[in-house]
Amino acid sequence: MIRKFREGLAIGLIYLASFFSVILLAAIIGYVLARGLSMVSWSFLTTVSSVLRGTVGIAGNIVNTLYIVILTLMIAVPIGIGSAIWLTEYAGHGRFVRLIEFTTETLAGIPSVIFGLFGMVFFGTTLGFGYSLLTGALTLSLMILPLITRNTQEALKSVPDSYRTGAIGMGATQWYMIRTILIPSAMPGIITGVVLSIGRIVGESAALLLTAGSGYLLPKPGAGYLYNIMESGGTLAVQLYLSVAKAGYDAAFGIAAVLLCIVLILNLIIKMMIGKVDVLSR
Amino acid sequence: MKYEIGCVSRRNIYRQKFYRISQSELYDHVGKRNCARAVEAAAQTVFTICAFFAVFAVVFITLYMFANGVPAFYKIGIKEILFSAVWKPTADEPSFGIFYIILTSVAGTAMAILIGVPIALLTAIFLAEVAPKRLASVVRPAVEILAGIPSVVYGLLGMMILNPVMYRWELRIFRESVTHQFTGGANLLSAVLVLAIMILPTVVSISETSLRAVPPQLKSSSLALGASRIQTIFKVIVPAAKPGIVTAIVLGVGRAIGEAMAISLVSGNSVHFPLPFVSVRFLTTAIVSEMGYAGGAHRQVLFAIGLVLFVFIMLINFIMNAVLRRGIEA
Repeated sequence: MIRKFREGLAIGLIYLASFFSVILLAAIIGYVLARGLSMVSWSFLTTVSSVLRGTVGIAGNIVNTLYIVILTLMIAVPIGIGSAIWLTEYAGHGRFVRLIEFTTETLAGIPSVIFGLFGMVFFGTTLGFGYSLLTGALTLSLMILPLITRNTQEALKSVPDSYRTGAIGMGATQWYMIRTILIPSAMPGIITGVVLSIGRIVGESAALLLTAGSGYLLPKPGAGYLYNIMESGGTLAVQLYLSVAKAGYDAAFGIAAVLLCIVLILNLIIKMMIGKVDVLSR
Repeated sequence: MKYEIGCVSRRNIYRQKFYRISQSELYDHVGKRNCARAVEAAAQTVFTICAFFAVFAVVFITLYMFANGVPAFYKIGIKEILFSAVWKPTADEPSFGIFYIILTSVAGTAMAILIGVPIALLTAIFLAEVAPKRLASVVRPAVEILAGIPSVVYGLLGMMILNPVMYRWELRIFRESVTHQFTGGANLLSAVLVLAIMILPTVVSISETSLRAVPPQLKSSSLALGASRIQTIFKVIVPAAKPGIVTAIVLGVGRAIGEAMAISLVSGNSVHFPLPFVSVRFLTTAIVSEMGYAGGAHRQVLFAIGLVLFVFIMLINFIMNAVLRRGIEA
């Protein structure tokens, strides 16, 4: 009798704990959208905040976010993929592999504040980029490097060995085999890594606050689009933090709603990609 | 083939003249092979450099954290920074004691783990052992999406929902108190609850993976011996998955101690001994909230705080590595 009661209790607790996450998520999405969506209008998304007119807009922050995402991916994706290829295709099981895997894990465990401090002094001061989108992107590329490397590595590992031996046996060189067989086969995994990285970049605030600053203006047209990477610029998440700090809660909820939508869309893309990986390994 | 274009070496031009053959013929004979070899070597070199990038990054970060964090200890003294409780960085006679800040980070992380890990572990058990497929396909994505929500959003929600609730409790508990400083709900407990929620996804996904990796024979023999499903889960499967669960908890500790933005919005941000209903400052929040205006010794001390945090994280990493290695040996 007592045993039955205890087991029932255990099952009950297990269900309770699991539904906690679901209810929590539903509450978060519901609350943010309920308070934030009313803020999101065409002018909110396409104009820049103006003190004179007393309007709030996040166009500058959206553009900054795009800059950071694109710059960061441009730096980190090639390095991450290259690293994964070396680890799975060239390196074997040596001491260096363990060293690199350990440092990749370490990099993944370092909190974003530390990345922020490092980026501020190394890219900002030592290399002289100051508070700029470039500094922010360089810093974040270190942060997402493990994500790209690990996802690509997993994807490459799931490519059957028969693909490799088949290609080599037909006379392909290793680089040719990697380029034409392995990378296309591993593409869903690589894209998953990239999408996860986009999610982290979009949500990142601590590291960017310390490296990319808080500018919210649109770049000047023409060559300004290029020079803009040397300007300070706050992404959506940074602007959300600054809005809260200045007690602009309506704007904050508007940005939070936009961020949540981005997160949900990215999650959907990952779901689709994972379906494709399964097809491959079957 | 694309790579032939880049191979007009002087040697090949001599060959072309000597053998009196056209350019394309030359490439057919010698170029292709040499070029392929060169491209192979180049590709391998490039990949190797990419792979060592992570090593360079970690080495550079470590060097820079020490180079920027250590001067403060020289200037002000290790004891004055680490073991003094008075934090007045902008006073006329500044004092840079971060003892309470360290204590807050440690206590906050410990409490977040105490609250978050049981929930996460039960969720992982649900996903790995108990859940019918359809329920699992609701819970798992929910946990994954929780992982993707930006930390500032958690902070904003904590501030708007959790802090008012905390304030109500505070009013009730400290109604009679004369000495209590009211915080408006921005206190350690709010920060702990936000942290507990934020570590959930990490702990759930890694524990679930390790629970699933338990060999099915263990489970079936336990069931065959007459143990109930619950007994099997808690007496057989969970102990067998222990290394993975420990890893999950250690990773959770790492996430909790490194989190900055969410808790900087809900914890009140003034330096006090960490008690549940007191406004506190963490290692991370000290850095993000003061770096903007700090200069001179103050700035150096903030880097020292960064160094303390970094050392904590490195310790966690080494512990995890040790646990993983023992897990593999066992």
